[in-house]
Amino acid sequence: MAFLQAAAKRANSFTGKPSRLPYLLLLPGLAFLSIFFILPILNLAATSTQSPAASGEIGSYVQTFQFSNYVNAFLESREQFARSFIYATLATLLALAISYPLAYAIAFKSGRWKNLLVVLVVAPFFTSFLLRTIAWKQILGENGPVVGPLRALHLIGPQTTLTASAFAVVTGMTYNFLPFMTLPLYASLDRIDPRTLEAAGDLYANGFTTFRKVTFPLSLPGVVAGTLLTFIPAAGDYVNAAILGNPSTKMVGNVIDSRFFRIVDYPTAAALSFMLMAAILILITVYIRRSGTEELI
Amino acid sequence: MSTVEVPVPTLPFGKRFTRWFGRNTIRIYAVVGFTYLFIPVLYTFAFSFNDSAKSNLTWVGFTFKNWQNPCGAPEVCDALGNSIRIGLIATTVATILGTMIAFALGRHRFRGRSATNTLIFLPMATPEVVLGASLLAMFLNFGINPGFWPTVIAHIMFCISFVVVTVKARIASLDPRLEQAAMDLYANERETFRRITLPLVAPGIAGAALLAFSLSFDDFIITNFNSGTINTFPKFVYVSAGRGIPAQANVVGSSMFFLALFIVLTGELIGRKRRKR
Repeated sequence: MAFLQAAAKRANSFTGKPSRLPYLLLLPGLAFLSIFFILPILNLAATSTQSPAASGEIGSYVQTFQFSNYVNAFLESREQFARSFIYATLATLLALAISYPLAYAIAFKSGRWKNLLVVLVVAPFFTSFLLRTIAWKQILGENGPVVGPLRALHLIGPQTTLTASAFAVVTGMTYNFLPFMTLPLYASLDRIDPRTLEAAGDLYANGFTTFRKVTFPLSLPGVVAGTLLTFIPAAGDYVNAAILGNPSTKMVGNVIDSRFFRIVDYPTAAALSFMLMAAILILITVYIRRSGTEELI
Repeated sequence: MSTVEVPVPTLPFGKRFTRWFGRNTIRIYAVVGFTYLFIPVLYTFAFSFNDSAKSNLTWVGFTFKNWQNPCGAPEVCDALGNSIRIGLIATTVATILGTMIAFALGRHRFRGRSATNTLIFLPMATPEVVLGASLLAMFLNFGINPGFWPTVIAHIMFCISFVVVTVKARIASLDPRLEQAAMDLYANERETFRRITLPLVAPGIAGAALLAFSLSFDDFIITNFNSGTINTFPKFVYVSAGRGIPAQANVVGSSMFFLALFIVLTGELIGRKRRKR
């Protein structure tokens, strides 16, 4: 009898007879996200179509469904928009180029040091993100170890500086989001059964062919996850541009920040935020569809 | 694994090179990669010993005084205290809420599952600047001034998704037969959960909490929007970047690095011992 009861209970929890339990588990968390994520986004959508109040008081706006805000905001900041996407794409590609071999080495060549090396990839994360960005300012700066040798080798002119440039911004972004790329890559590479690689070798594939036909396709979910996790924060970032850039490397994040705090132009800031979010979501959807890894989400 | 040594005929140089390439270049590359990852950390650490008066951008001289007196620079410890308080509250709440969602998603089939998954994914796909700006706009609309609690709420909001993803992955990797075995041995559902499922998922929950804390502690963009006059450590660093960051900030950054490394390595060692038993 007891066995039957246990079996019945097991059936209950594993085959999923409808019960209230999952909803009770979901309720607090989803309620929180609805109030503090969905509602603000909807509110943002409303704000984006407001116009200045008749009273002319700074920072007060009324709802007028002024959709031209979007056109104006885009026309005013299209350069910063383009820059955000170009810098984020460059940083993502660089991070992929740096992370892939690193993740590969950890997954296949590290033996018993594997777990330690994974920890080491994340470890720099724990030093404040801003302190590391400022460290890059020092490294690339006039007294740093990079500028001198490059000048001595005449790779850059004697007047050229590396800081306050697009180069520095992309360098900082690549570095700061690197673990977001390395970890998913490692996770998918680590899941590959080494015997499949041996089998490829047995079938006369050389190292490169094995990589192209076996390893890389099997690691694709990691590549997709890594590029997304790097691209999204990079496209919305403005800290690197603020610390390592100059006025002509401003990104859309910098514009949203200054519209919000310095000019208190909430509708424009909201319209820009909304366009940024929409652009990223469209890119993600297209990208996931194309790479055929929809189970990712 | 035992292999039988078979005499290999000498390969042509090209093949030998590809083999050598396959075997070692990747290791050399890994060393270079890790060096790259750690250079800024080393810089931060080195400059925590800098005998600088105000701006810590150029090297002046070696001193221990920053480490002996990390609160020497005004505001550093004040900001640090706020960051830790916000981090601890946000981590606790986000870990509880996120773990509950993870169990619902990982252990139950229900209507609205894919909608829930999308709702969890969306905050991670939204740039921080949008999350921060939208939340602040709503707070202002409702007449709530930015400050300590709005910051805590913002941090809980963006940490939940990361907790869900981490814990869900751990639940998915569990062998369901362990729970079935417990039930076969007459454990009821609650006992099975408490004595089998929860201990097995615990490392995932601990990892998620650590992740949530580090995300919260290191967050600047969302905090900058919602914190008002409250200072946090990243905000302090950002604001003082213009006029010079005191070396004490580097002391705090380096200490956090070593503390986190210590926690993770201890966890790893405990895990290793358990697995051996």
